[in-house]
Formats: sequence, C-alpha cells, structure tokens
Amino acid sequence: MNIYVCIKQVPDTETKIKLSPDSTGIDTTGIKWIVSPYDEFAIEEALRLKEKNAGSLVTVIAAGPARVVEALRTALAMGADNAIHVEIAETADNFFTAKSLAAALKKEAKVDIVYFGKEAIDDGAGQTAQLTAALMDLPCVTVALNVEYSADKIKAKREVEGGAFEMIEATLPVVIAAQKGMNEPRYASLPNIMKAKKKEVKAYKESDLGVSSADQKIKLKNFQLPPPKQPGKKVEGDAATAAKALVQLLHTEAKVI
Amino acid sequence: MSKIFVVVEHRDGKLKKVSFELLGLASQGGNEAYAILLGEGVTGLAGELAHYGAKKVFVSDSPTFKYYSAEAYSKAVVQIATQNGAEVILTGHTPTGKDFMPHVAAKLNVGLASDCTQISISGTTVTARRPVYAGKATAEVEFLGSGVRLATVRANSIGIPKPDTSKTAETSAVTIDIGQLKTKVLEVVRGAVGRPDVTEAAIVISGGRSLKSAENFKILEDCADVLGAGVGASRAAVDAGFRPHRDQVGQTGKTVSPALYIACGISGAIQHLAGMRTSKTIVAINTDPQAPIFQVADYGIVGDLFAVVPELMKEFKNLKEH
Ligand SMILES: Cc1cc2nc3c(=O)[nH]c(=O)nc-3n(C[C@H](O)[C@H](O)[C@H](O)COP(=O)(O)OP(=O)(O)OC[C@H]3O[C@@H](n4cnc5c(N)ncnc54)[C@H](O)[C@@H]3O)c2cc1C
Repeated sequence: MNIYVCIKQVPDTETKIKLSPDSTGIDTTGIKWIVSPYDEFAIEEALRLKEKNAGSLVTVIAAGPARVVEALRTALAMGADNAIHVEIAETADNFFTAKSLAAALKKEAKVDIVYFGKEAIDDGAGQTAQLTAALMDLPCVTVALNVEYSADKIKAKREVEGGAFEMIEATLPVVIAAQKGMNEPRYASLPNIMKAKKKEVKAYKESDLGVSSADQKIKLKNFQLPPPKQPGKKVEGDAATAAKALVQLLHTEAKVI
Repeated sequence: MSKIFVVVEHRDGKLKKVSFELLGLASQGGNEAYAILLGEGVTGLAGELAHYGAKKVFVSDSPTFKYYSAEAYSKAVVQIATQNGAEVILTGHTPTGKDFMPHVAAKLNVGLASDCTQISISGTTVTARRPVYAGKATAEVEFLGSGVRLATVRANSIGIPKPDTSKTAETSAVTIDIGQLKTKVLEVVRGAVGRPDVTEAAIVISGGRSLKSAENFKILEDCADVLGAGVGASRAAVDAGFRPHRDQVGQTGKTVSPALYIACGISGAIQHLAGMRTSKTIVAINTDPQAPIFQVADYGIVGDLFAVVPELMKEFKNLKEH
C-alpha cells in the first residue's frame, strides 16, 4: 500500500507565547518545535498499517519553512520510509497549505491512504485534512479512533458530539484524520534517530507544485495576548460557609447562575 | 445588507443553542438570516428558527440526512448557498460544523475562519477574532479576495437572543442533488450520558487527578445534574481512567467556553488552561493556595473538594428551589 502522512511542526505545548513587535504573529525565537501531538497518532497508524501489509511504504509530508524538515526526521526515525518537504511560507493559511499538499500528493504514482492529525495545536483550525481531501476529491473521515482496513474500503469508528460514536465506511483512496486514543505512538530508538539524519528528504518549491501565495484565502493579523486576568476573589470559611458565599457571588455578582 | 446563511444543528429533535446564537447575529444590522436545516423528520423545527431571526428556512427533510455526514452536508450547503446567492455562511464550531465546513470552503474556493470567538458582520464585511496557540493568544481573521465568507463560531460566544414567538418564516423544501457518495454512515452509537457535552454546556464542572477514582466523580455528576451542567476532566484524570477522553478539557482535549467553569482539584497546568481559559467565569477549588489555577480563577476556595462540592450542591439546590 502507498501510505502518506501529512504532519505539521508546531511550538511545544509548554511554550510561553510572545508576540512579534508588530503583532503580525508570534516571536519564534527560542521556541522548541515538536510534531503536532495528533499527527503522532497519524504516523503510528500509518506504520502499523505498513507492518501488516508487506511491501507497503510510508511517506511523510510536511509543509512549511526549512525548520519543518526536523519534524520529517522525527517521523523517519519512528519508521517512515520517505519524506517530502513542501516549501511554503510560515504564514500560509489552511487553504494554501492544503492546496500545496494536494499538489504534492498528486505527483505520487498511487495514493491509497493519507493520514492527518485531526487538528494542529498551533492554529487549532482543523481544516487541512478536509480541505486536502476535498481538493483531491477523496472521502475524508475525521476524529477517527479505530480503523478497519479491507482491500477497497475502510470502516472507522469516529467520535461525534454528545459522547456518541459513529461507524462510517469510506472507499479507498481515503483521507483519515486521527483523534487521540487511536493508538499509542512509539518512540524512535537512538539508532533510528541516527539513521534518519542521513535519509534524503525530497523538496518541492511552490513553482514545482503550481501554487503561489495567491492561493492564500485568509490572513491572521493583529495578534493579541489575552488581557491579564484581575486577581480573583478568595472565598473564605469552612466548606459550608465558603460554598454558601460562593453561590451568592455567582448569583448576584457574576450572574452566571 | 447581506444574505447570511446559518447551517443549523439539531439533536434528538431539538435545535442547538449555537444555531440560535448565529441566527441572532445573522439577523442584526439589516442583514437577512436564512437557515439551512438538514435531517430526517425535521421540517417541524423550522418554526422555532423564525423566532430567533430566520427569515426563510431551506429544509431538506430526507432519509439521506438521517445521519450527519460531511459529504452529504457539504453538498447540500454548497447547492443551497449557490442557488440562493449566499454571501456569508455560518455554523457552530461543533464536531459537526468543524467537520463539514472545510469541504464547503474547498468547493466554493474560499477561505474559512474557524473557531471564532468574536464575530461581527457589517454589510458583507465579516470581522472575526479567534484563539490561536490554544488560547495563549488571539488573532483577527482577514478574508483575502472576494467570494462567500465562511465562519464557524464557538458555542456561547455571542449569546442567545430573546425569541420572538410572533415571528414566522417561509419554508422552502429543497431536493439535494446528492450524486454518488464515497462515505456511508453505518450507525451512530449514542453515549449513555444524558448530560450535555462539555463543549455545549453553559456550565462545566471538571475534576482532576485528585478525585482519585472513577466512582468519586459521582459527587461532581450529582452537582452537575442540579445545574444541568456538563462534567469535564483534566488529562491526569482521563489518563488514570476515571473519565473517557471525550470529557478531557485542554490542549489535547476539548476547548470549552461556558459561562461558568468550576475546576475541582485541578492544578491548572498550561495545557489545561488552554482548553478553558475563555470561560466567562472560572471557579477553582483546590487544597493548595499556590495552585496555578487560582491565577485564572475569578473565585477561589482553598479547601478539600470532597467537603466543598457536596456543600456547593446543597447551595445550588437551594438557589434553584427558591
Ligand atoms: C502534550 C501535552 C498535552 C496535554 N494536554 C492536556 C489536556 O488536554 N488537558 C489537561 O488537563 N492536561 C493536559 N496535559 C497534562 C498537564 O500538563 C497536567 O499534567 C494535567 O492537567 C494535570 O492534571 P490535574 O490538574 O488533574 O493533576 P495535578 O497536576 O496532579 O493536580 C492535582 C491538583 O489537585 C489538588 N488537590 C489534591 N487533593 C485535593 C482535594 N482533596 N481537594 C481539592 N484539591 C485537591 C492539588 O493541590 C493539585 O493542584 C498535557 C500535557 C502535555 C505534555
């Protein structure tokens, strides 16, 4: 099988966000970059599928500036066979990114399954998997937990609202966006990390893919940090007294109950 | 004046509050609000949509929409929107809305502002702001070029307008040219819980590792049921198996924005704050006065949750009964 995983490099979850001086984005100095957590489930699922199907290949694709090659190397160290870097600007929106990924995938001889994480934890938009699928005219299953694979289709359990699940069937080729709980991602071993450093990473420029910043549909601007929170009120007293006082405050002051 | 289409949602025969919020927004400032209602046996819901501002309701009441699917929904929305000259399309940033709207964006070849927590519409100019980096910052969304404006809006961001029951709306039954579908929903397995989902609830009560067991969450559930609240959890509580992952609030869980968030025995790690910091009022109950959760809390009780929560439940009950 020809298995693809689209991954994004994002700031570590512990990152303290600072804005760039002109507020057009964030200050990226000193940021530790990681593979977006949901994408790790996607990589793991791809590797497991490959292991069950002899002769399969897993190719990871990341769009973004030069630094994202590091995320590709992480995926190679986990066990991916090939890597493709789609060189587009850091500021690319979901549409531009999806169009670039779709163009890169269309250059491949055969695509059976494309995995994504259900969303990237930086912009948290959760659009790229569906956009890429729609631009390639492929079915798309998001927030997938369990996937059963057969020759020409998949059956997936996906999380829907209100604590419910749904079973959905889709024909191959298919785009699947992974939810946490799909599997337990493996760690890369040291020898594999060393090997991954030497692997070749294929690179595409915008011109190779026929995309340009004209494909950008939205722009994020005027970034703001949340206003500093006023120090809260400590409600004193034993459990019963404090509970009574708190409920009064919620009712009369905050007016939320 | 612009034509604003709201894709409304319903569950178990009831319309969702976020749909009302959006109709309220769409019918302001001289704009015209149109609702898109998809489902099986849903035509009867059209009347209520009028009370919240819908001027006209496009309904496709068909077995095709017995179950939600991104593929069928996006086809329907694209067809109805294009045939009727939609200038703006809105829906909730719900599991459903965030799933199908990107398909609509791709088919219409336009941009989509996801998960907006502030939005205003003046003429055909849509101004929106959304959280980025898990709420550690926010950014304004600017639409480039022309075309239909698309946005998904986080529940509880706008507020529900007062319904005007004297209003009525024209209903238009639409047949969707669905074509060959590549996906098929086989079944939907309902969760046992009757409580609202944490992303939709107006009040969320969450517990952390300190609850010590799945059984102990009952004290939060009991308290939640008095208020009709949802029950959330920290990742530590989920990883310990006390709650299912769908209840997890935070960077790798759900993002919630209720009117009231009560954190019980949750330390307030940055990844947890990412999922709840936009809540309007935050209450923290924690034995450790230094716990970081107190830095974002509007009201705090330094104390043992096992003693405080049952007392709180009594007081909530008192308040509800009087
Ligand atoms: C990549 C990544 C993603 C993550 N995503 C998430 C996420 O989505 N959501 C999330 O929540 N976390 C997430 N985390 C984990 C996060 O860092 C914290 O470990 C977690 O939130 C801690 O949960 P907790 O507050 O329940 O436990 P603890 O940090 O152990 O805190 C327990 C608190 O309970 C208090 N306490 C103890 N006993 C009592 C009592 N009887 N009464 C009252 N208070 C009491 C203690 O004082 C303490 O403050 C993530 C971490 C990483 C690295």
